[in-house]
Amino acid sequence: MVQMNIVQAVNSALDTVLERDENVVIFGEDVGYFGGVFRCTDGLQAKYGLHRVFDTPLSEGGIASIAIGMGINGLRPVVEMQFADYIFPAFDQITNELAKLRYRSGGEYWAPVTIRTPCGGGIRGGHYHSQSPEVYFTHTPGLKVVIPSNPYDAKGLLTTAVEDDDPVIFLEPKRLYNGPFDGDHTAAAKKWDTHASGEVSEDYYRIPLGEANVVTEGSDVTLLAWGTMVHVAQAAAARSETSCEVIDLRSLLPLDLEAIVASVQKTGRCIIIHEAPRTSGYGGELSALIQEECFWHLEAPVQRVTGWDTPFPHTLEWEYFPSQERVMETISRTMENN
Amino acid sequence: MPEPPARPGEKPDFSQLKLPKAGEAPRPPVDGDAADMRDLAFSLVSVLDPKHKAVGDWDPKLDADTLRTGLRHMMLLRIYDDRMQTLQRTGKLSFYMKSLGEEAVAIAQGMALRHEDILFPSYRQPGLQMVRGRDLVDMMCHCISNQRDNVKGRQMPVHYSWRDGNFVSISSPVGTQFPQAVGAAMAFAYRGEENVAISWVGDGTAAEGDFHYAINFAAVYRAPVILNVVNNQWAISTHMNISTGGTTFAARGIAYDLPSIRVDGNDFLALYAVTQWAAERARQGLGATFIEVFTYRAEAHSTSDDPTRYRPKDEWKSWPLGDPLERLKAHLKAIGEWDNKRHTALEKELNELVVKSYKKAEEYGTLDEGPYPPTSTLFDDVYKDELPHLRKQRQQLGV
Repeated sequence: MVQMNIVQAVNSALDTVLERDENVVIFGEDVGYFGGVFRCTDGLQAKYGLHRVFDTPLSEGGIASIAIGMGINGLRPVVEMQFADYIFPAFDQITNELAKLRYRSGGEYWAPVTIRTPCGGGIRGGHYHSQSPEVYFTHTPGLKVVIPSNPYDAKGLLTTAVEDDDPVIFLEPKRLYNGPFDGDHTAAAKKWDTHASGEVSEDYYRIPLGEANVVTEGSDVTLLAWGTMVHVAQAAAARSETSCEVIDLRSLLPLDLEAIVASVQKTGRCIIIHEAPRTSGYGGELSALIQEECFWHLEAPVQRVTGWDTPFPHTLEWEYFPSQERVMETISRTMENN
Repeated sequence: MPEPPARPGEKPDFSQLKLPKAGEAPRPPVDGDAADMRDLAFSLVSVLDPKHKAVGDWDPKLDADTLRTGLRHMMLLRIYDDRMQTLQRTGKLSFYMKSLGEEAVAIAQGMALRHEDILFPSYRQPGLQMVRGRDLVDMMCHCISNQRDNVKGRQMPVHYSWRDGNFVSISSPVGTQFPQAVGAAMAFAYRGEENVAISWVGDGTAAEGDFHYAINFAAVYRAPVILNVVNNQWAISTHMNISTGGTTFAARGIAYDLPSIRVDGNDFLALYAVTQWAAERARQGLGATFIEVFTYRAEAHSTSDDPTRYRPKDEWKSWPLGDPLERLKAHLKAIGEWDNKRHTALEKELNELVVKSYKKAEEYGTLDEGPYPPTSTLFDDVYKDELPHLRKQRQQLGV
């Protein structure tokens, strides 16, 4: 085990899959010679050659469609969309082609494509470097949607995603690349090297998709989160007098509903925390599932702490970004319902 | 605002077309520099002359058996189309799209390729399956969505998929297959195989972003791919004058430094020759070719539209490049390899084949009465293995 941040963990996963499977190819904007704007593919072109790790034109729709054609013809492409905010030119290829190919061909054709893309806010990125577009993809049958919250999971989940024969949207919370972030932007930036999940094996390993991780055990309220919000939830839980159980979903589709139900049946309360806007956000789906599965165990209405229904702001980023305080207030409000 | 040359009630007008004579366009060497062949984007490669003789450098010099095979496929496609359209009118199919007037595109281009070459067609090239020997019964079972439909009743008719024939599943969103073909071609190159990928879009689709993605990536990576724009003049009711503000579609390829060739899409020999040239170039590692297939959509876009609402009723009859099937037939007769008697006999044979195949297809079920694919298949193939939430939904439906 060595210390890695998420950038290094992603790089290590890609290195491992390139080594193990000659059908893996990696491409995207700036990912080749330069190694990616976040450095996730640093050194891979030098190690594996231009034909396996290469730069593309600035063309998200082109990148997605080329990947599909390669996938149809026996390769296993892993592509990078430079920011999740820029994935939309590829939306038709992803949602109408990649997602539906296996189904519409009666199982004759499929494309095992992994689309990596940095998502989320907290870096002063404004509308176009901060979005969390997970629900556009969870709403599309045929796609899997995965989002790690730490280096160890990032490597294990990405390895599994690449080896999966279904297409996977792999969201990388960019605020977490270099260190855990609990929502307190006034505190000094932390590094992964003091975090338990910053210990990552250089060897091959997988983490199954669809298995949530209970990162903090508790008895009174369940906090559901993914990506950066896992750390915000954990920090709020630590400050709260209430016993909170924090679950990192890790994969939104497939969803580990069993883990959610087991926890909410135990605590009787649930708060869902996500960065994306509230209306039609994944919190709405989770809330519906919880009332379907746990209604008679609920002691209080399921609550959501989310981004507001506005575009992601630049100057007022921290008023938008779900904070520890908003989570704690919601915990208190939830506990008042006795 | 741009307008087509003629609207309903007006006389068809193709006087604006400047068509060179058959045999006039030069045939560059397969390994020639794209910069030296730019004239081909504004010319028109034709081989069959008005006397039905094959002339010029592009004559592929096919033997009579190959020509007769081409004629047979084109006749079969036309008879198949007629039968399926008639059946659609009686409610046996939910929808249909014919290839009338464009039969040579799929047949000649398909015949110029190898079976291992991967096809990314639009909905107007079903004839490729005939070239590669697909059982008509299987094609029909797809079109009537019965239990033997290999795509399990999930797509509208004409959206074939046929893995054994390297015929990639057809999608309704136009143009998406164009850049996918480039990716598939890059996969061949990656493995060092000599196969090529080929794709077709229409003149209307050339306005989509996917068109540009395809041609740009093909050029950047010198992918072994053949990219065809089938300019049949009409995209449903949208005339090509509204689809493009440029000169020829083929001319767009020049900007990407690809060999860009405009070919007579109703000339079996010209299409065969140009496709063979492009495939050979790709196999030699010299990259992509961009082809404008110049033709005319003789039928409606689909059974859901009525072309007399937007263009002169008999416009096809005035199309200066004629009927591809009649032209190949006339050529075979002109070289003494075909006659009316043989033609009538073949027509009869193919008609019987289509009728017999349809009877057989109906044994596996009809659109009206089934049997359809089992309801449980509704949830299959969304993912490779069923996910828990889908298992639950399947159970809720009780299957």
